[in-house]
Amino acid sequence: MLTKSLNVFHLAGSPCNNCDIEILDVLTPRYDAERFGLVLVGSIRHADVILLSGAFNKKSAIRAREVYKQAAKPVVVIAVGSCACTGNIFRHSYNIDEPVGNYIPVDAYLPGCPPKPEAMLAAVVKLIAKLRGEK
Amino acid sequence: MAKKTIIPIGPYHPLQEEPEFFKLHVEGEKVVGLDIELGYNHRGIEKLSESKTFEQTVFLVERICGICSTSHPIACVQAIEDAGDIEVPERALYIRSVIGELERIHSHLLWLGLAGHFLGFNTVWMWVWRYREDVLDIMELITGNRNHYAMMKPGGVHRDIKNEDIPTIKKMCDGLKKPLALFRDAVIDDPVIHARLKGVGVLSRQQIIDYGALGPTARASGVAIDVRRDHPHAAYDRIDWDVIITQNGDVFDKTVVRILEMFESVKIIYQCIEKLKTVTGPYNSNPKEIKPGDGIGHYEAPRGEVIHYIRSDGTNRPARHKVRAPSFMNIVTDREAVLGESVADASIILAAVDPCYCCTERMAAVDSRTGRQVLTSAELLRLSREKTEKLKKEIGAPGPQLDLGA
Amino acid sequence: MTREEVLAKIEQSLSDKTVEIFKKSDRRTYIEVKPEDIPEASRFIFRDIGARFQIASGIDTPTGFEILYHWALDAYNHIVTIKTKLDKEKPEIDSIAPVCVAAEWIEREMWELLGITFRNHPDMRRLLLIDDWPEGVYPLRRDYSTGGEYKKEKE
Repeated sequence: MLTKSLNVFHLAGSPCNNCDIEILDVLTPRYDAERFGLVLVGSIRHADVILLSGAFNKKSAIRAREVYKQAAKPVVVIAVGSCACTGNIFRHSYNIDEPVGNYIPVDAYLPGCPPKPEAMLAAVVKLIAKLRGEK
Repeated sequence: MAKKTIIPIGPYHPLQEEPEFFKLHVEGEKVVGLDIELGYNHRGIEKLSESKTFEQTVFLVERICGICSTSHPIACVQAIEDAGDIEVPERALYIRSVIGELERIHSHLLWLGLAGHFLGFNTVWMWVWRYREDVLDIMELITGNRNHYAMMKPGGVHRDIKNEDIPTIKKMCDGLKKPLALFRDAVIDDPVIHARLKGVGVLSRQQIIDYGALGPTARASGVAIDVRRDHPHAAYDRIDWDVIITQNGDVFDKTVVRILEMFESVKIIYQCIEKLKTVTGPYNSNPKEIKPGDGIGHYEAPRGEVIHYIRSDGTNRPARHKVRAPSFMNIVTDREAVLGESVADASIILAAVDPCYCCTERMAAVDSRTGRQVLTSAELLRLSREKTEKLKKEIGAPGPQLDLGA
Repeated sequence: MTREEVLAKIEQSLSDKTVEIFKKSDRRTYIEVKPEDIPEASRFIFRDIGARFQIASGIDTPTGFEILYHWALDAYNHIVTIKTKLDKEKPEIDSIAPVCVAAEWIEREMWELLGITFRNHPDMRRLLLIDDWPEGVYPLRRDYSTGGEYKKEKE
């Protein structure tokens, strides 16, 4: 797996958008994830990394399952934010599906509501080190 | 600063059969219809609220939307206070307005950046979001978090704004004035922006009234409604500020309204923090119970009126909690606003009512006769940017130039 | 016109339809009318008075269903809520969407989540839930419990 430049695909399912905006913020000049070689891509077929955000209600879960099938494996999956990790406070709603980690294998959980951009970058750095076989 | 390549943002979904939020029906270049499909974000919050206490439900509704994340709590606590006839101390009213207006600034800056992105002005996007960071820093200073502030509580606010933080807040607002003026001048007088946005996606006064549309979407069409002025709450009737109204109802006017509103927000914040120096006392009345009854709370969120209705039955939980975000009323107007417009303008028209960010990601165009998908989200955005490039060449102008120094 | 005058006008014009009126405060009034009077009362307050339709709240109560239609009088700092009570077993009412298109979506939502039938609705169909959500199951009703058989838990 290429760890010099990582193609990142963002798959959102019923998010409140806070995590999504913080993910985008990570691309802005202050946090600047591009220096780590992260590139957001528009197609899941080209993804090395999938970022999941949101609690995934029944409608978006159907879509998420379909979209994940299209990803070229192996792919690294990060659940960004408490909703993607566990469903968060929406967990027991009649319209929320099972935690997305039940059907999309998650490699890293990044809790927070939302996680700070610094936390996202720290997760990325850890992940890159792991992929390269470093400690 | 080193040059950066900006990568187009996703998620784009090239799947042919995917149900989209916005399905445009097109004949060649022209939009002839629009289907709107909701449900991707429905998380059953109203039902969840019935199993939460009044204080807990404020944290629940905060997470309805990450961008207007204080608007729902303000409307919610006002509904609870209305139901229970709860007094709110004066200091809390000023704090509520400060948080609310800081949110309005960061939300409008967010929208402005996204609009720039949709039109193909990525420098605008980057610069605008860079200044948004300063607002988020102040939020973190005052509330402890960049987003989801956990400030609102029935009877007042959870946390005080410390007087020693007031100079920092003022300094941040001072620091916003020049960039806001630059954004205003860069955008409002730019011939490419004019060519791109004037006369596009027009909603008439009558359409606004018929659809019950709200916020900048309504005010851009000359419908002078603003909950802060019409149904005063928090500190809005204790200070001096103006409602921004324009008359043309096009995307350009909606942009202008949002930009000028940010100046008013700065004005409101200055006055509120000045008042906080002298208005002492508690910042919460700590109500012990909410008597049975009906309560309605509403607040002017960045997108328009948020309204919460609460029925209390004398227990510590809502017997019923109805939530209505402004986009619920505004998004429907899209079916009028896109009619007869070109596909290249569709994405900016849909974005103009400032729906949830993730709503605008999922657009598609289908042939009106065959129903087959002809354009994805990515392609609709590409057409939008191509139109901008074409206009730049025709007019011989480069588009908004932002020279904010290092 | 002052606020007192416009409220008096509303009260007077709806007096023959009013089951009960509750003046909660100088900013809130609640007027109960019978279901069959809702379309005309809505038309009156929307077109004649010029109130703004904010939203409608549907409630499942032990004695029946209630719908509260919230109308803002923006010029007078007041909200008039026109409410009605519907039969528990067969909650039905005429749609007000022909009179006020702003109500179109919320009526779809109230049907979908509470099972209230809106007669003559221009476009009655699902708004929020998935297409194969079970028929006759209305999540906002009291007898619908979260964590019931519609949730799949992988233990």
